[in-house]
Amino acid sequence: MNAPVSKPTGVPVPVLDQQGPAIISFDGVSKIFPPRKDSAEVKAVDNIDLVVPEGAIVGVIGKSGAGKSTLIRLINGLEHPTSGKVTVDGLDIGSLDERSLRQARRSIGMIFQHFNLLSSRTAFDNIALPLEIAGTPRKAIPGIVEPLLEMVGLADKRDRYPAELSGGQKQRVGIARALATKPKVLLSDEATSALDPETTAQIIVLLKQINAELNLTILFITHEMSVVKKLAQRVAVMEGGRIIEQGTTYEIFSKPQHATTKRFVGEVTGGNVPEWLQTKLLADYAPGRQAVIRIAFTGADADEPVLSRLTRAYGVDFNIMHGQIEYVADHPFGTLIASVAAQPDLQAKLIADLTSTRNTVEHLGYVA
Amino acid sequence: MSPELINMIASSTLDTLVMVALAGIFGTLAGLPLGIFLATSRAGELFPAPNVNRLIGLVVNATRSTPFIILVVAIVPLTRLIAGTSIGTSAAVVPLTIAATPFIARVIEGAIREVDQGLVEAARAFGASPLQIVWKVLLPEAMPAVTLALTLATVSLIGYSAMVGAVGGGGLGDLGIRYGYQRFMPEVMATVVAVLICLVQGVQSLGDFISRRLDKRTRKS
Repeated sequence: MNAPVSKPTGVPVPVLDQQGPAIISFDGVSKIFPPRKDSAEVKAVDNIDLVVPEGAIVGVIGKSGAGKSTLIRLINGLEHPTSGKVTVDGLDIGSLDERSLRQARRSIGMIFQHFNLLSSRTAFDNIALPLEIAGTPRKAIPGIVEPLLEMVGLADKRDRYPAELSGGQKQRVGIARALATKPKVLLSDEATSALDPETTAQIIVLLKQINAELNLTILFITHEMSVVKKLAQRVAVMEGGRIIEQGTTYEIFSKPQHATTKRFVGEVTGGNVPEWLQTKLLADYAPGRQAVIRIAFTGADADEPVLSRLTRAYGVDFNIMHGQIEYVADHPFGTLIASVAAQPDLQAKLIADLTSTRNTVEHLGYVA
Repeated sequence: MSPELINMIASSTLDTLVMVALAGIFGTLAGLPLGIFLATSRAGELFPAPNVNRLIGLVVNATRSTPFIILVVAIVPLTRLIAGTSIGTSAAVVPLTIAATPFIARVIEGAIREVDQGLVEAARAFGASPLQIVWKVLLPEAMPAVTLALTLATVSLIGYSAMVGAVGGGGLGDLGIRYGYQRFMPEVMATVVAVLICLVQGVQSLGDFISRRLDKRTRKS
């Protein structure tokens, strides 16, 4: 399915299988911030290749400092690449002069973690701002802004100032504002990170709805895997300025390769070993100790009665210590951490058997 | 107090108001663009010109650190050139404006720098030009603080205006010195001080009121 491509760095990164034509593409893009008096040179983005198909929702996840903020700012030219090429809708963003760049930005909407609404303008006037900037005739503005207010569900808050709105409402104004100039791409910079889980869920629903109704491509950055899980069709994982792994959301969740990816995935799937168990885990086998294994159930095998089959076949008992089932891209996805009393040779057989059913199995250690 | 004295106090008050108003208007006309420039011209800002920024900053600091009474005397030739005379109320407007301009520039710079940089980034992301960012984002967002800054400048001008009496500038300060102090008429001095207090109080209250009306950052009602 995905042909591995050797990068100059020697790290194989699977290329996203393209669906539509690419609307955003990064070709070997690096961004290096020159050294300052109190800090060394920073390679914020390091030789990145990334393709965003038209109409897709793509998530970029990484810890703070991974370079994702710089990555997203390269798309609308708020940062200029040190090398490589960023193309948006056929335009080489780095080659544009200021005037053409301003023009290009009107077809690239952006929403922000802290909303960045003008406190001196009402919801209506905030949404009207990009139109005023673009020189839209005054008379034409209400005809554009009113339907947007309607779409984000804030028609009754038309004349409210941001201080009178809740966080979720402010982000809705932010989304409407970003859509005012009818962009082809929406960039989301941690747009849900300042919101509570319930509001986050509502904003995610709104973004998905906008994506579907307007065929608007969405590229978002986040440090929350739960947002990736609910929103993204495709994911790129960033660390130290590089994309260490990318693929469809389901691929990333079901077969994470890199340790960082596994940690992110573990956050939502319960694959991370709980602390109480970590303190009890022992490295070596001794008589009386039980083996601890982690099984990730994915795809078609997720609903197979694996453990009871093994119990019958080998006459062993599993003790379930930790588990979780999640739905990723409408596929069930579960993780189970269980201990089993078995001699080392039987353990090896069990693990081999489990691995043969396409599940990902890992031997974590032993408990007394 | 004789009606004559009351008349003098009234006309001196008017002189003070005219001096402060004119110097305030001219000072704002010059100080506002200067303040905007100072707030947006460091390296990496909207109109990057770090050397010009430093130079103007230096001139502003030099003017601000010159004691006003020395400034008044030092620029007499300039005053004569602009106002045609170096004494009287209209002449006093020149040094007052020159003292007010760098002060206003600095307080406006401060007010603009208070504006959240995220708003500037958002405006850039929507394709706003640097000038549009100043007009549509920075100034409207800084307006409550700019109003308070101009109020502060006006109050300072009322204080400065009392000093121009030393060069025949007229106004309340001049009246207080000549009648209250030199002719030893404490009732004149007391009245002058009372009128000045009322002026300052009035200006401050008006400024606070306008700033509150402009400020939408906190929930009201």
